[in-house]
Amino acid sequence: MNRQATNLERNITLTVNGERVTRSVAARMHLVDFLRETLGLTGSHLGCEHGVCGACTIRVDGLTVRGCLMLAVQADGATVETIEGLTDSSKAADLQEEFLNRNALQCGYCTPGMLMTAVELLDRNAKPTREEIRDAISGNYCRCTGYHAIVDAIETVAKSRSSKKGTAS
Amino acid sequence: MNARDSGLTFLDRPNSYIGRSVPRPNARRLVMGRGTYVDDIRLPRLAHIAFLRSPHAHAKIRGFNLDAAKAAPGVIGVFTGADLAKVCTPWVAVLSHFKGLKSAPQYALPLDRACWTGEAICAVVAETRAQAEDAIALIEADLDPLPAAVDMEAALDPSTPVIHPELGDNLAFERTLDVGDVDTAFRNAAAVVEQTFQIGRHTGVTLEPRAILADWNDGEEKFTIYHSFQAPHMMQDIVCKHLDLPEASVRVVCKDVGGSFGIKVHIYPDEMATVAIAKILKRPVKFIADRMESFVSDIHARDHRVKGKMAIAADGEILGFEIDDLTGIGPYSVYPRTSAVEANQVVNLTGGPYRHKNYRARARVVFQNKVPMCQYRAVGHPIAVMVTEGLIDLAAAAIKMDPAKVREKNVIADDAHPSVAASGIKFEKLSHQQSLKKLLSMMDYDSLRKEQAELRKKGIHRGIGIATFIEITNPSAAFYGVGGARISSQDGCTLRLNPQGGVIASIGVTEQGQGTEAVIAQVVATAVGVPLSDVRVITGDTDTTPYGGGTWACRAAGIGGEAAWQSGKALRENILEVAGVILQAAPGTLDVRDGKIVDKANGNERMPLAELGRVAYFRPDTLPADLKPEFVVTRHYVPKDYPFAFTNGIQASYLEVDTDTGFVKLLKHWCVEDCGTVLNPQLVDEQVRGGIVQGIGAALFEVCRYDENGQMLNATMADYLVPMASEMPDIDVTHVVSPTASSELGAKGAGEAGTAGAPAAVVNAINDALSPFKANVAAQPVTPQDILKAMGKV
Amino acid sequence: MKASEVGYAKPASLPEVFALLEKNEDARLLAGGQSLIAGLNMRLSNPTLLIDINGIAGLNTITESGGTIRIGALTRHLDLGASPLIAAKLPLIAKAVPHIAHMAIRNRGTIGGSLALSDPATELPACCLALNATMTAASSKGERKIPVKTFFKGLFETDLKQNEVLTAIEIPLPAAGSLSGFSELVRRHGDYAIVGLAAQGVRKGSSWSQLNLSYFGVGDHPVLAANASEALLADKSMADAQAVLASDLSPSEDAENSAATKLHFARVLLGRVVASMS
Repeated sequence: MNRQATNLERNITLTVNGERVTRSVAARMHLVDFLRETLGLTGSHLGCEHGVCGACTIRVDGLTVRGCLMLAVQADGATVETIEGLTDSSKAADLQEEFLNRNALQCGYCTPGMLMTAVELLDRNAKPTREEIRDAISGNYCRCTGYHAIVDAIETVAKSRSSKKGTAS
Repeated sequence: MNARDSGLTFLDRPNSYIGRSVPRPNARRLVMGRGTYVDDIRLPRLAHIAFLRSPHAHAKIRGFNLDAAKAAPGVIGVFTGADLAKVCTPWVAVLSHFKGLKSAPQYALPLDRACWTGEAICAVVAETRAQAEDAIALIEADLDPLPAAVDMEAALDPSTPVIHPELGDNLAFERTLDVGDVDTAFRNAAAVVEQTFQIGRHTGVTLEPRAILADWNDGEEKFTIYHSFQAPHMMQDIVCKHLDLPEASVRVVCKDVGGSFGIKVHIYPDEMATVAIAKILKRPVKFIADRMESFVSDIHARDHRVKGKMAIAADGEILGFEIDDLTGIGPYSVYPRTSAVEANQVVNLTGGPYRHKNYRARARVVFQNKVPMCQYRAVGHPIAVMVTEGLIDLAAAAIKMDPAKVREKNVIADDAHPSVAASGIKFEKLSHQQSLKKLLSMMDYDSLRKEQAELRKKGIHRGIGIATFIEITNPSAAFYGVGGARISSQDGCTLRLNPQGGVIASIGVTEQGQGTEAVIAQVVATAVGVPLSDVRVITGDTDTTPYGGGTWACRAAGIGGEAAWQSGKALRENILEVAGVILQAAPGTLDVRDGKIVDKANGNERMPLAELGRVAYFRPDTLPADLKPEFVVTRHYVPKDYPFAFTNGIQASYLEVDTDTGFVKLLKHWCVEDCGTVLNPQLVDEQVRGGIVQGIGAALFEVCRYDENGQMLNATMADYLVPMASEMPDIDVTHVVSPTASSELGAKGAGEAGTAGAPAAVVNAINDALSPFKANVAAQPVTPQDILKAMGKV
Repeated sequence: MKASEVGYAKPASLPEVFALLEKNEDARLLAGGQSLIAGLNMRLSNPTLLIDINGIAGLNTITESGGTIRIGALTRHLDLGASPLIAAKLPLIAKAVPHIAHMAIRNRGTIGGSLALSDPATELPACCLALNATMTAASSKGERKIPVKTFFKGLFETDLKQNEVLTAIEIPLPAAGSLSGFSELVRRHGDYAIVGLAAQGVRKGSSWSQLNLSYFGVGDHPVLAANASEALLADKSMADAQAVLASDLSPSEDAENSAATKLHFARVLLGRVVASMS
């Protein structure tokens, strides 16, 4: 039986980290499996595959999503950004550096998703309070750090970004 | 004045990295998404495995109809217990120093009986994991449910089925202790307090689930096993033993590990099955536990019921403790560490920080049809600390004394060491008095008490809870080796100086995010005298690292660090010997600093290390014939003078109880901790913070809920509540430093301190907040309903 | 776990959706997918076909006309929370949105998906009940208006028929001076509520002239606490209203809480939410 004809499989074209890719994918495959298994982008991690842990957080058309709660076929035509692309773009270089300096990661498994969330938070709220930071990352599970260092790191970057903006203007 | 105080040791070497919060060199790849966790590894002909798991807590396996599964798309093979028993022998997890400990043989897949809900009973290997799961759904399993032993309280009742009839009963292990004169102590007490403490069954929930990729190369007759694991050499030894292979045929590689906490140091049947199947199929096979199977197949921990009793004199002197611990460990003792250790630790540690001399304890470990229970971060500690500190608060209230005062009066004095606790455990050097003093000033205890009293008048109920703790670190062979377990307590570090002056360090301890590699690099850079950036550390590979125990029981810094230190010193001596010849100077007048040979007296540069490397590696012809540069050195270390290097510390929690809803808001948490020499303060602090939050999880959120049939009811990430950011407090951490004299570095472990003390601090704070209501909670996790019930509101 | 094999179609118009629904009896509509895909991954749900309605234009707008706010079913929680119209005219919904799961879920989840799923512990169904919303269900036979009071039928069960698509939610503008209040009890921020209350009412002086108390987490679907609201409308004390809640709600126990505890929570929330409405 033809899998495309029975809708079990479909061709998709999307932009991933700035590169246009076309692939045939099974309808059942979620977006992170596609990124990891088909494209070899292993920076996005699977921690639960039921939308709770946040380890698979990526950006689709500019917004964070749980990569396990979106099917790859749904990303047809979309622009997807993963930790690999975020790194190459240097957009979050200050966050990544501060995560290192503050030891805001231990095992690192949650870190790509945590960074994606932090980027979105600071896009939306340049000067978050510690409580707002905790609220924003409340969907990203970290078993190692106890969160305190992550909150510190995000807070430090927010402050340094706004003080830079302050001096510029 | 000892050598350390006078500044004469190598700790005060110029350009020392020891004691500095340098970032972890190996963390950069992780923030870039360029780590290598097991699931990131792709090999040619890689096959994927999925398991059929028992839906029953206890069932006879009559057989399987595998036809449909075998015919399903992508399926490479389907395996049952009998298939695997041909290549993998069973194991029995007992240790000779736990007298009387018994267990039954456990197979990679069971032959004829499933003993817990979630036990793997059949395996499918397919081209993709999804296809393997499709085929699992097609297996017809003929299972005959058997009566299950679920409730640990009833495990020893004659009416409860005996899980392994050949063992006679469901009692796996029992230990008793009776020290001093407990009965007289209790008779003479001003007050005797009693409480039954329940410590819920919880689990580790590493964010990266368990993962193993076993690749059997028939041409080389060799396994390469990529494993998300803490102890690669132990895994190698066990695979050799049970698959009848020589050591040279098994290489275990642990690359990035996404959290472990003790979960990834045990032998799991599904992982052994994966290894066995890779051998049968002669191709790489990968098993990645999905989250739902993690909840019912990763080891669980705790699940203790402790009846505790404490006697106190009118002046606040603690006169004695008595405890009766009962714990359910599932149907098997877990290999190879056994499941008797936690109860044993509860007996060892209860009352441990205090001077009392009268102590009676009983611990019973029983089998039940639930997920096997074994060692998880801070084994036994949070239980012992909860019992001890919970009883102290009750006693303080009974004699109307401030709880901090009771602790002040009773902790073993800082100048009383070495000392021995009532249970017999030995302390080299602890700092309870300093730690308590520091804690009270750090949290401004007196002001907080005033604030609490003021707010109470306004109907706001805040509580302050304190918990003193001791922690077992740097275990010697006394932990496992003496009992016959082939678990290394020694570790080695090999250093190699490369021609450009860089140093490669390979070491037996492993990294799961604690910062092991950073700390080893700091020690090596300091000992040898090179910039930190010139040191590369290799861990987690049985082919290339010295034999060692891996990382568990807080041993990486204390044991691995000392091996690295000794190795670094030896390499520097060898370097200076060659430098002395080249520079025509006595080696003793030279030093290595910041990658250069310098005059020891004034630091003047004599030669870069790269020049020494050039000569030694490429122009050895210019060196005297009898000079043999030895730029690879290895040193090993094992603690010998004490069985363990005990650390100590104290924590406090400040929280608010919403007395209408029973909800607890954590406001602040403090910890003073003494892990001896602090090699990297930031890494230690973050270990403590992370540990505290795991402890808070136990206190307030985490529990594996079971029904009476042995079904786990909350085996999803949505239903099993791990602590998330919004509910966690900021945590202040500081240190007292009492180095161990067992090693030159003086470092002890720090990874479990947070988890050890946090639950008791939090539960004591809740009870402190509830004190105006004469309400008390003692079952963890403490839920809002528990608080409402204690207050008589529901 | 990985999802079972499933078909996928992404029609561009409602008639195409209707045709697919009629041809495939166990097809599931895919909107935000934030619950559906989790269920697929866990193999709790194994439809043969997913009909992705995200390509259908015009289902994600929020408009006001003739005293009614019309929210397109594909409006994402993010947009609902950011809408000035919602903030100004339906503050109850604006108050509820931040409680829905987490940022990444709100970026994707839709109001229509939430209502059609009818998870008893979620916020938006209760808000719609408090606001007396009307659902628009479309099928090949045309449109059907379903008053919210008959929309929620049972646990994960609504009045929507297999061949129907929820296309819009219409909410009458609350009376001038109307007040709203929202609160829920969760162990962790973003979790499903243990008990929650969405309230909308009108107060004249110290007396309530209208009060909808919509509870969630206490039954198979959101429930209006009619007796409690009647007590407050009749100027009875809060304690009286809290007492009669027992006749309005019969919560079932959950993993951590007995039915009695949940009723207690509902009473506490009543006091707090009503006190917050000023």
